[in-house]
Amino acid sequence: MTRILATARSEFRISLRNRWVAIAVVLMGLFALVLSAAGSAPTGELGVDRLSVTVASLTSLTVYLVPLLALLMSFDAVAGEVERGTLPLLLTYPVARVEILLGKFLAHLTVLAIAVAVGFALAAAAAFRSDAGSVEGLPALWRLGWSSILLGATFLGAGYALSSLARRPSGAAGLAMGLWLGAVVLYDLGLLAAVVANGDGWFTTTAFPFALLANPADAFRLYNLAASQATSAAAGIAGAANAIPIWQSAASVLVWPVLALALATAAFRKVTP
Amino acid sequence: MTLTLKISALTKTFAGVKALDAVSLDIAPGQRVALLGHNGAGKSTMMKIILGLIPYDSGTVEVCGGRPGAPAARAQVAYLPENAAFHPALTGQEQIAHYLSLRGESPKLAMDLLERVGLHAAARRRIGTYSKGMRQRVGLAQALIGKPRLLVLDEPTSGLDPVSRRDFYALLDGLAAEGASILLSSHALTEVEARTDRILILSGGRMVAMGTLADLRRTAALPVAMQVTARNGYISELAAALPGAIRVEGDLRLTCAQDEKLPILARIAGFGDKVADIEVVPPSLEDIYSHFSRRDGQ
Ligand SMILES: Nc1ncnc2c1ncn2[C@@H]1O[C@H](COP(=O)(O)OP(=O)(O)OP(=O)(O)O)[C@@H](O)[C@H]1O
Ligand SMILES: [Mg+2]
Repeated sequence: MTRILATARSEFRISLRNRWVAIAVVLMGLFALVLSAAGSAPTGELGVDRLSVTVASLTSLTVYLVPLLALLMSFDAVAGEVERGTLPLLLTYPVARVEILLGKFLAHLTVLAIAVAVGFALAAAAAFRSDAGSVEGLPALWRLGWSSILLGATFLGAGYALSSLARRPSGAAGLAMGLWLGAVVLYDLGLLAAVVANGDGWFTTTAFPFALLANPADAFRLYNLAASQATSAAAGIAGAANAIPIWQSAASVLVWPVLALALATAAFRKVTP
Repeated sequence: MTLTLKISALTKTFAGVKALDAVSLDIAPGQRVALLGHNGAGKSTMMKIILGLIPYDSGTVEVCGGRPGAPAARAQVAYLPENAAFHPALTGQEQIAHYLSLRGESPKLAMDLLERVGLHAAARRRIGTYSKGMRQRVGLAQALIGKPRLLVLDEPTSGLDPVSRRDFYALLDGLAAEGASILLSSHALTEVEARTDRILILSGGRMVAMGTLADLRRTAALPVAMQVTARNGYISELAAALPGAIRVEGDLRLTCAQDEKLPILARIAGFGDKVADIEVVPPSLEDIYSHFSRRDGQ
């Protein structure tokens, strides 16, 4: 445990000095404020409070931004050590590889959590300024908060796995961007195309919900939209969200970080310095 | 007394290149062993195998009684890689504190360690701003953490200035006196000569020589050089008694095999007062090294 914490402390320090903390916080804060400002049309007639609406739009922001930040922070984790030549020495220390990864993970997750907390706090403050009834939306915001951090955890793990597989920072960066595009953007487009082509067939009725749950980004979106009252106002996949029980998307959100870290550990174990 | 390191018939091949070929080596506590060899001889490969960083093909390796790279072995072995690198964004103190924590020691000891390698003044600067020798010293400082039973040091003095080198070997002497075993590689033969107990020469992955410097000297059986200075007027008489000697200015120079050395010295001593001075130059470590390390066709 002390070894994990020591690694986390050094990594956090490095993130501070590399300005990753500043970049993540500024990005999240900026986007949250922009969203709050953009969505500031009167909401009274929708019958929902201001914060709930903000949470709905924050959900679609987070699903892009948090995986991106997570991958940007993690792609260098192993490949960077290989390139700098710091890995051989580190691996001669009495520290397990999984402890090294967990230490980095803890540090990077802390950075993400700070960024998410700052961004969401700003959004909440903006919502409360214009609508005192925003208290209603606090549970949804809280849910979005921790599920965002879990989403980040999943992509951190995926980033470490890619970093170990690529062994070169440039290769790892390419893989990470590929994963981001694939999981967050193209996956949905592909599903949409398949659903349109399939009509009411087997894919749409049977496979589609599982396909959504299998992608951590979609599961995250499903979970937050299904749980949120503003569902109907927000999303394209809202119909599907209603069809899938919330415990299933919650399970996917919870299981993916563990799975991703296990993958990362397996990949890191294969790296010979 | 249990051996710290036991290697027998170690073989390692990289994609057709035999990096190590049936190498055997034992190191007892307190011993300092120097690993010499040309570039690509297999020194770093051998060290990485001892540390469990890379797998080997055949043979046995036992480090502190265990498998190389096993947690118990890692806890007792310190390593200095040949190009010590650290994260440029951390300060020397932070980096050493981190390594201390990984070995379960108090991070507060970082300053003491840095002081031992003469880096306390720069301890709070980022490693990115360090010179090569300063980075090397950070590497040395981390190798001193805890009480390692075995130190594996890959070209530890590369990049160090002459005074630091001397300090470094003094540090090693202290560690060895406390029972640590030391395996170091080097291309600086003269410093190895005085500061290690045993020398091991690798050539093309094969161990071509091992022993104390005196052992190697004997097996190499390289000729000894002598320089005899005669008193005024006696030089011709001396030259006549020493076949093979050549006159260089006022002196006689000759070389002879090891086993002829004493008879010749006795003969020269027989001239008594006619000899002003005599100097015996044993083959240098460089000579011995090139004798063993000479590869086929070279
Ligand atoms: N990862 C690797 N892949 C392929 N070949 C390798 C690898 N590492 C080392 N070798 C080869 O193994 C041989 C021994 O290399 P090694 O690094 O052990 O030499 P060395 O004695 O440390 O040399 P130097 O004095 O230059 O440091 C060389 O022929 C080298 O090309
Ligand atoms: Mg080497």
